[in-house]
Amino acid sequence: MLILTALAFLFPLLTNDYIVGLATLCAIASIGAIGLNILTGFTGQISIGVGAFLGVGGYTSAIITSTLGLSFWFAIPIAGIVTAAVGALFGIPSLRLKGLYLAIATLAAQFIILFVITRWTSLTGGTSGMVLQRPSIGGFSFMSADSYYYICLAVLLFTIIYTLNLFRSRIGRAFLAVRDRDVAAQIMGINLFTYKVLSFAISSFFVGVAGALLAHYTMIVSPELYSITVSIQYLAMILVGGLGSILGSILGAIFIVLLPVILGYGVDFASIFLPDMHHMLAAFQEVAFGAIIIFFLIFEPGGLAHIWNNIKNYFKLWPFSY
Amino acid sequence: MTFFIQMLVSGIVVGSIYALVALGFVLIYKASDALNLANGEFVLIGSYVCLTLITVLKLPFLLAILITLVFSALLGLMVEKMVLRPLLNAPTISVIMATIGLGNLLAGLTHVVWGHQTRMYPQIFPDTPVTFGGVIITPVYLWSFVIVMSLLIAFTVFFKFSKMGIAMRAVADDLQAAASMGISVKKVFAITWAIACVVAAVGGVLLGNINGVNATMSVIGLTVLPVVILGGLDSIAGAIVGGFIIGIAQSMAGGYLDPMVGGGLKDVFPFIIVILILMIKPYGLFGKGGVERV
Repeated sequence: MLILTALAFLFPLLTNDYIVGLATLCAIASIGAIGLNILTGFTGQISIGVGAFLGVGGYTSAIITSTLGLSFWFAIPIAGIVTAAVGALFGIPSLRLKGLYLAIATLAAQFIILFVITRWTSLTGGTSGMVLQRPSIGGFSFMSADSYYYICLAVLLFTIIYTLNLFRSRIGRAFLAVRDRDVAAQIMGINLFTYKVLSFAISSFFVGVAGALLAHYTMIVSPELYSITVSIQYLAMILVGGLGSILGSILGAIFIVLLPVILGYGVDFASIFLPDMHHMLAAFQEVAFGAIIIFFLIFEPGGLAHIWNNIKNYFKLWPFSY
Repeated sequence: MTFFIQMLVSGIVVGSIYALVALGFVLIYKASDALNLANGEFVLIGSYVCLTLITVLKLPFLLAILITLVFSALLGLMVEKMVLRPLLNAPTISVIMATIGLGNLLAGLTHVVWGHQTRMYPQIFPDTPVTFGGVIITPVYLWSFVIVMSLLIAFTVFFKFSKMGIAMRAVADDLQAAASMGISVKKVFAITWAIACVVAAVGGVLLGNINGVNATMSVIGLTVLPVVILGGLDSIAGAIVGGFIIGIAQSMAGGYLDPMVGGGLKDVFPFIIVILILMIKPYGLFGKGGVERV
């Protein structure tokens, strides 16, 4: 673990800005994926509204920094808190709704939030979006790819440590109990309403922080960046990575962020032989994305985290496995 | 007043198509507890296949539809066999995600095969509008309403009286009891998916005749979700009633409220209704809650 962390901190020194940029996106997506996994993987409440919650975080930060002119360091936690509040609001139906019904309710949240963002022009700039700045501290601005990467990495580390500890506490254990059988959990004295809404709030907090970091990275927010496709991508991250696994969330986030990049290279290569391939890139990505999700669900429901554990176990005894 | 009735009529027609697609949703949910989020893509594919048969192979409309239906049934069987059967005992989220993945896969494939510009159906129904006391109705609307209603009635009769229909209801009611009575559950699942696909394709062909076909048509797969939730996921009658309610509400919102907020409300309105309904009746209007045991 320590080696991996050190590697994550050191590698920008060795590579170019493009790769560091991708790593930044991976780190931000990991924060969001961990957030979603707290809700879906650990508490068992399906949410198809992550995209919109990312948007809430991004827009909150944009409004605080650009419109009100306050500092980035202030905006990030506030973005998290505002998103947590919105998440908790849409989490209220979860007391009475289960499984599919809840999934649809969060889907409705996705559409309603995006509609509000698009139409509340005076606050959000409507479809044209808003422009953001990179943060600065004193005279030093985090303009370069490396410096912003370190901010994201620090937030990611905080998220990981917080989540690991969360599941050693009463709250985290309660979440797991709710996931496994919520009626049984209730009988054992867990207030379902409190804990479900709390799970929505904590999860949305991290998603909101991820949204704010992403907004400051791309330096623009606009409604189409937070469509239902984004929600599906985040769900794919935690499924491919492994439900209820923090390591899995990170692996899944990296996998899904890098997938289009790698496919892009694949298509570049193929277009040497088939010049028409470039027009097909978008469609090709969709097909691959769908196929990978189905593949993982059928053949490796435990996700990348499970594969990782298998590899680790194999090498524990290697070369004398038997 | 004429405007109101005009909106009402178009709401009813769109609603009837919603009801049809929602029927496919409910069937699959009842049989296998899965939510099929790839339904929109089934609609799209059905529409494209029929269009291609008519324009490229120059087949007559009825023959084209027939081939489309057979194709859709096969597609449904294949999907059930390859994607859903391995996930038979998987948790809800896996099944939802699998159908989302399937939707992506199919959307990508249609994109590769048919591109993404809007294509129009050739004139099939006569285009001289019919007027009923000042309200203008195009024949396409009239025809699709008639077709949908006759299909809905046919399916209701099928479920009530035919052997297969009864078997399907038995499986939906209690899978294990049905299996122990000698019903082949696998066959029932396969046929459920085939029917859902066929129904979606009919919806696609009708929608294509009204609006033309392009990739955005698959959005109906999401718009239908409020319909089935409103009616209750496990109620066929609910799907039909919900279809009409959502269709009319959407049309009214488009006609009266959209000018006030500057457009876009039409697509969101069904979801607002759904949130409100879920707050009051968590299992929809006709859905069954069921008792939970620990």
